[in-house]
Amino acid sequence: MTTNGSDTSPPKPLWLLAELTYKCPLQCPYCSNPMDIARYTDELSTEEWIRVFKEARALGAVQLGFSGGEALVRKDLEILIAEAHKLGYYTNLLTSGVGMDEARIRAFKQAGLDHIQVSFQASSEELNNYIAGNNSFEHKLEMARLVKKYDYPMVLCFVLHRHNEDQVEQILEMSHALEADYVELATTQYYGWALHNREQLIPSQAQVEAAEAVAHRYQEKYKGKMRIFYVVPDYHEARPKACMNGWGAVFLTIAPDGTALPCHAASELPGLTFPNVRDHSIEWIWNDSNDFNKFRGFGWMKEPCRDCSEKEKDFGGCRCQAYLLTGDATNADPVCSKSPHHEQMVKLVNQANMEPKRDTAPLVFRNMRNSKKLTAHKWPTTSKA
Amino acid sequence: MSNHFKAADIPQISATFRFQWEEAQGCHVLLYPEGMVKLNPAASEILKRCDGINSVDLIIKDLKSAYPDADLDSDVYHFLDTAYDNQWIRHKSA
Ligand code: SF4
Ligand code: SF4
Repeated sequence: MTTNGSDTSPPKPLWLLAELTYKCPLQCPYCSNPMDIARYTDELSTEEWIRVFKEARALGAVQLGFSGGEALVRKDLEILIAEAHKLGYYTNLLTSGVGMDEARIRAFKQAGLDHIQVSFQASSEELNNYIAGNNSFEHKLEMARLVKKYDYPMVLCFVLHRHNEDQVEQILEMSHALEADYVELATTQYYGWALHNREQLIPSQAQVEAAEAVAHRYQEKYKGKMRIFYVVPDYHEARPKACMNGWGAVFLTIAPDGTALPCHAASELPGLTFPNVRDHSIEWIWNDSNDFNKFRGFGWMKEPCRDCSEKEKDFGGCRCQAYLLTGDATNADPVCSKSPHHEQMVKLVNQANMEPKRDTAPLVFRNMRNSKKLTAHKWPTTSKA
Repeated sequence: MSNHFKAADIPQISATFRFQWEEAQGCHVLLYPEGMVKLNPAASEILKRCDGINSVDLIIKDLKSAYPDADLDSDVYHFLDTAYDNQWIRHKSA
C-alpha cells in the first residue's frame, strides 16, 4: 500500500455525500437529519447536482453516496446515478428501500450503480414497523433479496438504540439468511431528531456490552462470509471517535438546498454560515471558505486537546458533540475522559442505566408535521412562499 | 507455491470490488462499498492482468516480458494469496 507521509498538499474530499432530499416516507425517531427538515423545500435541480458531482470529482472525490431523507423520492435518481458513474465515481445508494421496486433496481444497475445499502429498523416486523412509522418490513426483505439477485454487493445497515440493542443476534441471523456481504451495526448518532429523543434511545451499559459480545461472536462465526462492522457507541467510551477523520479532511456533504457541510450534522453549529453550491464552486468551498478551514488541522484547539499526544488520532473528537454538550465547539469532545465536561457524559449514561426513569416522554417521530411544529419559532417571519 | 492458486487457475477481480486509476491519488485503487484501497505499482501491475481471461502462468509470462530482470514467480503467488484473503480476487467461475 502506498502512503504519502510527507504530503503537505491540501486534503482532498474523497467522500461526497449527496443528501438529495429530506423527504422520506419513514419517520425514524433516531434520524440524524436536522429538526427543521420542513424548511428544505428549495432542492437543487438535476443540472445543479451534476455540476456538483463534476466539480467534486475534479478535486479528487471518488466515493459518492446518494442519501437523504430518502433518495428514492427523487425522480431523477437514475439520471444522477448515470452521470456520476460516467464521471468515474463509485456510487452508493443509501436507502430504506421504500420507493424501490424491481424495475428501478434494474434501471439503477443499467445506470451503473455500484452498491445499494438497505437499512432496517429491526429484525422483527413489529419493532421495525413501529420505529419506521409504517409497514415497510416485508417490502424491505423483498428489496434486500432483489439487491442480491441483481448482483450488487449486499450491505445491510441497522442503527442500534435501546429498543433494538437486544436484538443483535436475531439481526445477524436474519442478515446471514439474506446472504449479506456486509452488515453495519451503526450506533445512533445523537444529532437532529436523535438528540431530541436521546433519553428514550440511549442504551444502558449492560445492553451495549451484551451487544458487543454478540457482534464479536458472530464476526468469528461468519468470518470470510459476511463482514460485520460494529463500533462501540462513543457515549460509552473514554476516547472520542475521529469524527469525519478530521474537519474538512475527507468528507463533503451537500444538503438538499445546496448547503455544503463538512459533516451532515454540522448545520447545527452556531457562528458558521456554510457556503452554498449555488453561490460558489466546490473548489472554493473546500479549499478557501472560512467554514471548511475553521476546525481544519490543529490550530483551533484549546486545552486539553492542544498539547495532547492523541490529537492526531481523534482530532479532538466531534465538533458538533462538543458544541451540543458543552456549548463551545472548540472544546474537547466530552466523550473524552480528559475533558472537564466528561462528567456530564457519565451522568447521561448512568441515567440510561437506571431502568425505571427511562420511559419519561414518548418518542417524537421524524416527519414534516413535527418538524414544523417544533422548529417554527426558528423560521424567518417573512416566508418566501 | 500458493495456497489458493495453481498455474492454470484464472484469477479475476471480485464483483464487489472495482479496480481503477485515480488521478488525484496518483495510483491505482480498489473501490468497494464506502471504501478504497490504494495500491502500489507492483500490485497494480498484477491486478491489471487479473482479467478473468489469463491464467496465472500467462500473467507471470506477461509480467516477465514487461520486466525482464525481475524474478517474480513467488512474489506474484504471494500477492495473489493476499489479494484472495482480502476477497479482492477470486477464481473465474467455470
Ligand atoms: S433515518 Fe429513517 S426517517 Fe431518517 S432519512 Fe433515514 S429512513 Fe428516513
Ligand atoms: S484531549 Fe482532545 S485530542 Fe486528547 S484524546 Fe481527548 S479529545 Fe482527543
